[in-house]
Amino acid sequence: MAGKFVIVINRKDNVGTALETLGAGRVVQVEIQGRLEEVTLLSEIPMGHKFALRDIEEGGRVIKYGEPIGRSTAMIKRGAHVHVHNVVSPVKEGEGP
Amino acid sequence: MNFEGFRRPDGKAGTRNYVLVIPSVGCSQGAARAITQGLKGVTYLPNILGCGQMGGDRAVVKRTLLGFGTNPNVFSVLVVGNGCEELSADEVAEGIKPSGKRVEALVIQKVGGTRKTIARGRSIVKEMREDATRLNREPIPLSELILGTECGGSDYTSGLASNPAIGTTSEILVAEGGTVILSETPELIGAEHLLAKRARTPEIGKQVLDAVAWWEKTAIASGQNIREGNPAPGNIAGGITTLEEKSLGCITKAGSGPLEEVLTYASSPTKKGLVYMDTPAHDIEQLTGMVAGGATIVLFTTGRGTPAGSPIAPVIKITGNRNTYLTMRDNMDIDVSKVLLGKETMASAGKRVFDAVVAVASGKLTKAEKLGQSDFAIFQTNPNI
Repeated sequence: MAGKFVIVINRKDNVGTALETLGAGRVVQVEIQGRLEEVTLLSEIPMGHKFALRDIEEGGRVIKYGEPIGRSTAMIKRGAHVHVHNVVSPVKEGEGP
Repeated sequence: MNFEGFRRPDGKAGTRNYVLVIPSVGCSQGAARAITQGLKGVTYLPNILGCGQMGGDRAVVKRTLLGFGTNPNVFSVLVVGNGCEELSADEVAEGIKPSGKRVEALVIQKVGGTRKTIARGRSIVKEMREDATRLNREPIPLSELILGTECGGSDYTSGLASNPAIGTTSEILVAEGGTVILSETPELIGAEHLLAKRARTPEIGKQVLDAVAWWEKTAIASGQNIREGNPAPGNIAGGITTLEEKSLGCITKAGSGPLEEVLTYASSPTKKGLVYMDTPAHDIEQLTGMVAGGATIVLFTTGRGTPAGSPIAPVIKITGNRNTYLTMRDNMDIDVSKVLLGKETMASAGKRVFDAVVAVASGKLTKAEKLGQSDFAIFQTNPNI
């Protein structure tokens, strides 16, 4: 099961959510597709914010709730903060879903 | 798997066994209330409409009242009218009769005033109640359960804990062959394309998109753009990145299965599995629409806490906010906050809620029922004349 400080809602997700503010360099245990793995956070992740569970290519889908919530605008490294600075909604950008 | 429910003459199955008094118009609401006063197992709808509606609203009011009368949680029905209203007591009674239940109608102007109507009404519902107590629960497959889902008074725990947890519950019920209703269209905006993609046919998918388009158009006409500035700066500060993410936090409560049908407000599902009803996000109007559509039990997630309950359907409150659970023990049925502490898996929380659904469907009372919460409001798109 997910570590104490992080929640992964759906097995298909490539992001986890911090349940409290986690400092840069912190190593968190996360269940990724059934396997317990350690992820090193590359920057501070405020409570309620997301970080990548694995590398996400530029233009790749960011998956939460098992569904695409947006596309990355840059390569997102495993453990990096995933938010408005590197994710856009393709629908909002007029590119279609 | 079974629950213990009540079999109705039309073959449908309920989780409760109420005698229901329906005022066909607001003018007879007082008499309807007085008829039920102090009688356990007899309840009424605090309906204020039935006269003066414009456009499609009259049909929606009628559909909603008939939906409550024919809901399998109701044993028999007394309709009370005033006499000069547009939606007469007889029209409502006739619409409920095909369900095979005993339905009676009283009209205040014909009976000769409120006191006589109350006296006659009380003797009718007492008789109905006697008959109702003779009907016993029997094992009924869970595939016959219609579960409504709703969220209200949301906070950050809703999208992270309670909604995904009951999403698991919804998936278990769908796997049992049951029906799950997703609703509250305004909360869907931004993720409608994702729900539409899960539709069984392209036509059903288009109905989802059309429903969202109607709400957006209507909101814009009254000066509000739902999509613009959403997620709000406060949402973004809290970690919500896109509108898809925000809306998925709501949609997730119905599970991730295929969408079988789109329903208009207060209409009944004709398919099993996941269905979607076009309702407002207004808690009570949404609840009323789902129960009118035949929901016999409702799961209601909340972060801040809400007391809402239905006159005829048990509403189970689930929160992922430990503080809300503790401070609003009166109102909260299930605490799933351990999911956020890493002390319970989502699957386990969802299974716990599922077990509660079976227990409540079989007769266990919810907090809202113990409090006598009897909330009812019909969705309207036009002013009353």
